[in-house]
Amino acid sequence: MDIWMLINDYTFQTVALGSALLGIISGVIGSFAVLRKQSLLGDGISHAALPGVVLAFLLTSSKSTEILLLGALGSGLIATWFILQIVRNSRIKFDSALALILSVFFGLGMVLLSYVQKIPNANQAGLNRFIFGQAATLLQRDLILMLICGTLLLGMVLLFWKELKLFTFDSDFAQSIGFSPYKLNLLLSFLIVIAIIISLQTVGVILMSAMLIAPAVAARQWTNKLSVMVILAAFFGATAGIAGTTLSSLIPKLPTGPCIVLIVSLLVTFSLLFAPGRGILYKALKRKHTRYLLTIEGGKSHAT
Amino acid sequence: MNPLKSAEYAVEINDLTVAYDDKPVLWDLDLKIPKGKLLAIIGPNGAGKTTLIKAMLNLIPRVSGSIRFPGSTTPKPNIGYVPQSGSVDWDFPATVLDVVLMGRYGLLGWLKRPSKEDYRIAKETIKKVGMENFMHRQISQLSGGQQQRTFLARALVQEADIYFMDEPFKGVDAQTERSIVNLLKEMKRQGKTVVVVHHDLQTVAEYFDWVALVNKRVIAVGPVYEVFNENNLRAVYKSKSTLLKTKV
Repeated sequence: MDIWMLINDYTFQTVALGSALLGIISGVIGSFAVLRKQSLLGDGISHAALPGVVLAFLLTSSKSTEILLLGALGSGLIATWFILQIVRNSRIKFDSALALILSVFFGLGMVLLSYVQKIPNANQAGLNRFIFGQAATLLQRDLILMLICGTLLLGMVLLFWKELKLFTFDSDFAQSIGFSPYKLNLLLSFLIVIAIIISLQTVGVILMSAMLIAPAVAARQWTNKLSVMVILAAFFGATAGIAGTTLSSLIPKLPTGPCIVLIVSLLVTFSLLFAPGRGILYKALKRKHTRYLLTIEGGKSHAT
Repeated sequence: MNPLKSAEYAVEINDLTVAYDDKPVLWDLDLKIPKGKLLAIIGPNGAGKTTLIKAMLNLIPRVSGSIRFPGSTTPKPNIGYVPQSGSVDWDFPATVLDVVLMGRYGLLGWLKRPSKEDYRIAKETIKKVGMENFMHRQISQLSGGQQQRTFLARALVQEADIYFMDEPFKGVDAQTERSIVNLLKEMKRQGKTVVVVHHDLQTVAEYFDWVALVNKRVIAVGPVYEVFNENNLRAVYKSKSTLLKTKV
């Protein structure tokens, strides 16, 4: 397909805009999740959203995205609560509790999904789209929902910027000066959950965590300032969203969600290798240079 | 102990018990810290020194007991806190100035942004701890001593009356230790109460005027010249007394 025709295509515009929005939101929220070392919580929540989607359909027989996402929100929150309770009340560590809940919920989701597919009139209801995502099903009203939630999330981040920064760096100190880590943890978890829920339709429950982690990890390589990192992560996320949508539109039968994730992974690889200061290549070159300087110095002192 | 009136104490702890799971770390601990003292908390590893500091800051739940700050003028006491520098990830994207400014956040409260005045105080304090050349340095590039001084500056800008410090001399060279001690003595001159978890028994008498020997309970507390003696040290370090002889 010609690229100009593509840009003027209405479906492409909708999907590209939706993916860009998703990239911005998950880049910003993901930055805090990664710095707080909670990026895997996103993985747990997104996998756990699946049974909620299917249950919402079973209970209401509705195919509307809002209702299905409400179900996702419900089971995502229940899973988060389970994880936190297990960590608090047993000797099981966070990573094990997370893996446990993630697989139980995802397994339940798959069982429910295959049950739904056996119901004659269910017509699959397009529930499969929540596993790997299906950006092509994005409608204008989905975009509006994403826009509203996205503005809300970004507004919260701006409003609580100081508190989030303090809490992600040193939560004990935050508590000692009167900022309840309980409230701030709740705030951050809430932001992560909403970011995931509105992105599910595009990238799906399995690849969602990549969208939270990858833009933030790539951005961290290029800067030592939190504000710049968050803006860069949003930029990387948006770029991956648009580029991934374009790629999947140009080549037939290429799914959008995985394309976006592939592009963002390329950005991470590039950043890990080439970023000045923290990049692997930069560090190797600097080491070599230092060694060279040291040999010259050493040679001199031998000569004298 | 010294017959002081209640208001002359900065901190009053009664019957404090703290446990991790079913293992008590502090047991029925009583401690009164008079205002304006420079007090060292000493004791063996695992004696609960860090736990005591965290309990006083209400960072960990306690099984029983009460902690009061009778001298505090505000209902919520403003307490300066210097945690162990290993307690955070120093690869966080922030500069020294960013971190020191965080010390002002408590006075600002929720949602308010730091003002020019807050920046001025932070910069001045960074100079005071001798870090002016590192003000805009990324914190992952700091040495251990520079990390400690950054945390110290962050606590100083809190403008608190009481300070709790968890091993501020850890990983610090002799010169930095000297300058930190001078800062602590200056704080004491300003009437502040400074409580420091300390490990080096040889410097206790030189740096501090009061000492608390802690091992699950308070074995002894008082002026250094009164309670910092071999009997008490043997009681607090128990079997390690032979090792102490060379140190004291």
